[in-house]
Amino acid sequence: MAVPTISTPSTPRFSPVAKVSMGFVAVAVACFVFADISITTLDPWSEMKRMAWGAVTPDFSVVTGLGMVVVRTIAFALSGVALGALGGFLLSQVFHLGPVRWACASVRAIHELFWALIFLQMLGLSPLTGVLAIAIPYAGICAKVYAETLEEAELPALRVLPKGTGMVSAFFFARLPEVWVHLKTYTAYRFECGLRSATVLGFVGLPTLGFHLETAFSEGNYSEAAALLIIFYVLIASLRFWMRPKLVGFYVLGAPFLLGGGAAIDMANITRFLTVDIVPAPLRRGEFLDGQTWSNLGDWTWTLLMDQALPGMIATLLLTQIALVATGILALVLFPLISRKFFGPVGRSVGHGFLVVMRSTPEFILAYIFLQLWGPSMLPAIVALSIHNGAIIGHLVGRFSDEVRLRPDSPRGLNLYGFEIVPRVYGQFLAFLFYRWEVIMRETAILGILGIATLGFFIDSALADIRLDRAMFLIAVTAVFNMGIDILSRRIRSRLRLSTQAGRA
Amino acid sequence: MLRGISLTVSAGERVALVGESGAGKSTLLSVLQSRYDGNTALIPQDLGLVRNLSVFHNVYMGSLHRHSAAYNLMNLVWPRPAEVARIRPIVERLGLADKLFERVGRLSGGQQQRTAICRALLQGGDAVLGDEPVSATDNHQSRIILDALSETFETVILAMHDVDLALEFSTRIIGIKGGGIALDAPAGDLSRADLDFLFRD
Repeated sequence: MAVPTISTPSTPRFSPVAKVSMGFVAVAVACFVFADISITTLDPWSEMKRMAWGAVTPDFSVVTGLGMVVVRTIAFALSGVALGALGGFLLSQVFHLGPVRWACASVRAIHELFWALIFLQMLGLSPLTGVLAIAIPYAGICAKVYAETLEEAELPALRVLPKGTGMVSAFFFARLPEVWVHLKTYTAYRFECGLRSATVLGFVGLPTLGFHLETAFSEGNYSEAAALLIIFYVLIASLRFWMRPKLVGFYVLGAPFLLGGGAAIDMANITRFLTVDIVPAPLRRGEFLDGQTWSNLGDWTWTLLMDQALPGMIATLLLTQIALVATGILALVLFPLISRKFFGPVGRSVGHGFLVVMRSTPEFILAYIFLQLWGPSMLPAIVALSIHNGAIIGHLVGRFSDEVRLRPDSPRGLNLYGFEIVPRVYGQFLAFLFYRWEVIMRETAILGILGIATLGFFIDSALADIRLDRAMFLIAVTAVFNMGIDILSRRIRSRLRLSTQAGRA
Repeated sequence: MLRGISLTVSAGERVALVGESGAGKSTLLSVLQSRYDGNTALIPQDLGLVRNLSVFHNVYMGSLHRHSAAYNLMNLVWPRPAEVARIRPIVERLGLADKLFERVGRLSGGQQQRTAICRALLQGGDAVLGDEPVSATDNHQSRIILDALSETFETVILAMHDVDLALEFSTRIIGIKGGGIALDAPAGDLSRADLDFLFRD
């Protein structure tokens, strides 16, 4: 008689999640071999000492009109996010249309700093440049998130509405109130991001905190830089005290008047930008029907792809993969700092404070600081990206770990970490990490502006040479590259069945 | 879930669908709803309330089809006195007067149920279809509710689990068992004992 046997593997097997994780680590290690990592500054230690000294001796007196700078930063964030949220809300109503989805995906694949660089060419240093640079990508992001929220919502009231109820009434009574709280929370989170964006836009010349930070750092006034950073942290940390729901309308209406002046917008400039500057050079010069023109365009595209886009993409990819894995490792190390499972109230509040500072500082500013210390290589970018993103994911995973239920006699310390907690939070952790993959790549591209040879470097150089056609081409390449990563990340998440519900951070 | 059912309800009838939970009452109600194309007000089992809106707004939703979108939005932001005056007596009758501007999500189950009934009462129409609309209210309130529904709607069809109340209120009892109609008779001809078999295995 045949005895049914259950075949059990006699050696340990790896789960798909473990295999994917090891694959990513292996790729990162391989990237590390090819990456350009070095410290090129002559004496990084003395510079670091001067920075540390500056950090403990912040000097608030140097920046004249500091109050106005803070107000402007908030005003840019408010105007940009309000416009973006409004646009996103309207777009979310037609998000089911393919072209709308694609348009939203492409505008959000382009970092707000690139948008700022584009609008600087069109509009000059006008307040509108800053506002649009935030509003356009944010509209793309908000449209997606709002549409998903509206779609996922349970809407029991929709079924009992009297026959003949209009679409508008049905939307505002039965649909919107159900998701209002989610939309509000997400928009508030976006506003916090907006404050970071507005600050960073200062690095390309807009009159926000970032402008003064750049100046302070480049002149080596580290006490002044420390003061500006402290103001920035206070601004973020105090958000919930001054960003009251009742005051939002008042703030948003007032913000446009507080953006400050700037260069007047020249219509001729805009027209020239759109009809001449961004048209690929061979098309601009040659006859439209001439075969030579098109063969020139082919050469132009090929050269640009091979000499700039490809090296830029390779560097961006190398850096992204290393930073992604470094982010993951850091997040796994950091999350116990704020977890109830590992620390008491005192330890946790220290952990919270630490993580807040790490994740509130925009990667761009972190990278800028490390670049001053170590000189241009991929190292500053990797460290900056993993600190910022690692702290964000560490925070989310730490909160998630609080919900894990343990048996009363569970182990402690490292055993608890390795056997009880990490296995339980790992899926969520990976979901968060893959969600940030695309964000990390977008940031990696932009760090090129600081002199690291990612796509942003070639875009920035093209802009500096006033070759706007090349810059636009490279920005488009960056956007497509980014959307590709987004799709890949979504595939992996769904293949591994990783919940992305809470992964939106 | 339902098998071989043929059912005609005439205008003016007060029908109680009686049977164990899971017997098919809700399914029969939704079939009735989809087949009937007149003006019906609905009180589904999940009540169809918007938890983030007040009792006033939830009740007002029964009249969305009567007003322009602009007027509806105005009431969403700032309830018009005329609408409050229209809705207050309905809410008062069902004992929710002091909750008129309370968020529905903060009310008890019974209060939420009465809010959904107020909405149906304001909506009006030829018929009301209710799935256990008095499951969370006490006997006294249940009577008030059933009276109010009978006054407002010519035809009333309710799924009910309280047999005594069903006999008292309805003109016709339809007993459901195992997805089919096991009994269909005028309520006046029936006693409590006649319905017991619906709840036995």
